[in-house]
Amino acid sequence: MRNTLGADAATGRRSQGTPGGGDAAGPASPSSPRAATRRRGRARARLEIAVLSGPAIIMFLTFVIFPVVLAAFYGFYRWKGYGAPTDWVGLGNYKLILTDPAFRQVLWHTFLILVLSLVVQGPLAVFLALLLNQKIRGRSVIRVLIFVPYVVSEVVVGTGWSLMLQTNGALNDLLQHIGLGSLRADWLSDPKLAIWTLMGIISWKYIGFAVILMLAGLQSIPDELFEAAQIDGASYWQIQRRITLPLLGPTVRIWAFLSIIGSLQLFDLVYIIWGPYISATAGTSTMAIYMVAQGRNAGNYGYGSAIAVVMFLISLVVALVYQRFVLRRDLQGAVTEGAA
Amino acid sequence: MSATTADWLTLDADPKTPGGQRDKRGGSRKWGSPFTYFVALLFIGVCVAPVLYIVLGGFRTNSHITTHPAALPDPWVLGNYEAVLTSRTFWGEFANSVIVALVSTVGIVAFGLMVSFVIARYDFKLKGAMYSLFAAGLMFPMVIAITPLYIIVKNIGLVDNLFGVIVPQIAFGLPTTVIILVPFLKAIPREIEEAAAIDGTSRLGFFFRMVIPLSLPGVVTVGILAFIGSWNNYVLPLYVLNSDANYTLPLGVQAFSSQYSSDTAKVLAFTSLAMLPALVFFSVFERRIVGGLTGAVKG
Repeated sequence: MRNTLGADAATGRRSQGTPGGGDAAGPASPSSPRAATRRRGRARARLEIAVLSGPAIIMFLTFVIFPVVLAAFYGFYRWKGYGAPTDWVGLGNYKLILTDPAFRQVLWHTFLILVLSLVVQGPLAVFLALLLNQKIRGRSVIRVLIFVPYVVSEVVVGTGWSLMLQTNGALNDLLQHIGLGSLRADWLSDPKLAIWTLMGIISWKYIGFAVILMLAGLQSIPDELFEAAQIDGASYWQIQRRITLPLLGPTVRIWAFLSIIGSLQLFDLVYIIWGPYISATAGTSTMAIYMVAQGRNAGNYGYGSAIAVVMFLISLVVALVYQRFVLRRDLQGAVTEGAA
Repeated sequence: MSATTADWLTLDADPKTPGGQRDKRGGSRKWGSPFTYFVALLFIGVCVAPVLYIVLGGFRTNSHITTHPAALPDPWVLGNYEAVLTSRTFWGEFANSVIVALVSTVGIVAFGLMVSFVIARYDFKLKGAMYSLFAAGLMFPMVIAITPLYIIVKNIGLVDNLFGVIVPQIAFGLPTTVIILVPFLKAIPREIEEAAAIDGTSRLGFFFRMVIPLSLPGVVTVGILAFIGSWNNYVLPLYVLNSDANYTLPLGVQAFSSQYSSDTAKVLAFTSLAMLPALVFFSVFERRIVGGLTGAVKG
């Protein structure tokens, strides 16, 4: 008897430690004083949960979730941004988006940026990570230096690049000096070139991040595998192809996911280098740029909101599809299913 | 972009991610190293050269930049940096950036730690939903909802106020923080908590006396990401801050470069001084950030 009491006391204590968890542990008659203690413990736990998570949840709902809901609401109106929206147009804005050639254009640019980012940065990052994962001197310095473009803000990077890429800027001068004067070009405003210039800047800015991510992935592959393969007489390339690349899979898939989401929302760099108007003529405007140009710059807040909703839906669908089919094993449903 | 900058960490910080911080070099020691060094140097050169161009450009004269766009400073002049460092504009914007970054970081860490603690260490029905809510926040970057966000900020009277930047920044920093810290806090052994409970420590006491010190590495990672994210944030200040006196450095750089567009050297000096704090901050804590990547967040 004494033993059971002791055990019960212990569960009682633990249930205070893990509120709610006590339900499963140990049967207790509802009228017993212990149950009352537990009820009090649970009420206390509820209060703690509310106090600790309240501020975060309120802020998150107000400033992250609510704006998206608001955007969906404004998207149904023709609205110039002042006063309450009254001019209900139903799905009018969305119909307009479907037929808007400018939107089709920015959608195409965004898509191009998304695909090219994956195709250019992915293989290059894997190659560089394999290379840098070797025993070479100054690895930690290298890691810092290749991360520099990623850490420096878009404004700084954009300002620097737009100065360097002017027709009389440093790049053209450099080309002239090394005898490639024929390659001099109007990097920023030539509509045939500008999107490639943008791709170059994007790759430059974000490749370091990809490499660091891949390096981290490489370091999580157990040494034993390489050793075993070496003992079996596998060559360097065989090891990379049969062991490293497959095991790097999860890292590559996560990187690709982040890259896709980043591409879909690209804004800062384009806005700083080209601005809302020139980017349209230079052929570099993205969905986010068009949204801001329509909303903030042209005052078509209703239409801008509808574009925001479309962007959000595209991101959401891409994220869900990607999670469902590609990241299934890697994330264990972190986003869709929540904490296990 | 800054809102998404940190997302990778979060995804990789899953407790089930294999690996640790052990240094592994693979089985590649026989690789001819000159090629490796050559490619590594080339890569570093490409990464660093544009940044160096900005920094060195600040030491040049405008006429030299015009006549020799791609050249090293000749003569070296300190005047541009001096002018920026003695200008009230720069220091005012610098102070604004520091205030915004520090308060945002403290807010993100404090509120993020609190809610992560709840998700990681309490059992209640809505726990899974709460986690999903924050995780889904990764797909709500600031840019998408910037217009309604601005309208909300306007309605609570925080336009052209540093808090109009700080408060939304804290909210947007929470998803990353929660996703990094929850596995961290889950990893604190039950036994420690039970021992604390037996010693008569309450749950909140446990939170303050044990959780905060034990999760310090994760907190530092989150804090650095929050600080750099805030330092570099552009789109929110662009919408919220109207008057020059309230500008943060990213807005300042843009305003300065359009105001002094003919004085390229000074623009470059201003730009490089604006990026310096984030760079220094990053190089000091680089190990933490990259360590976070390899799953070392587990401490």
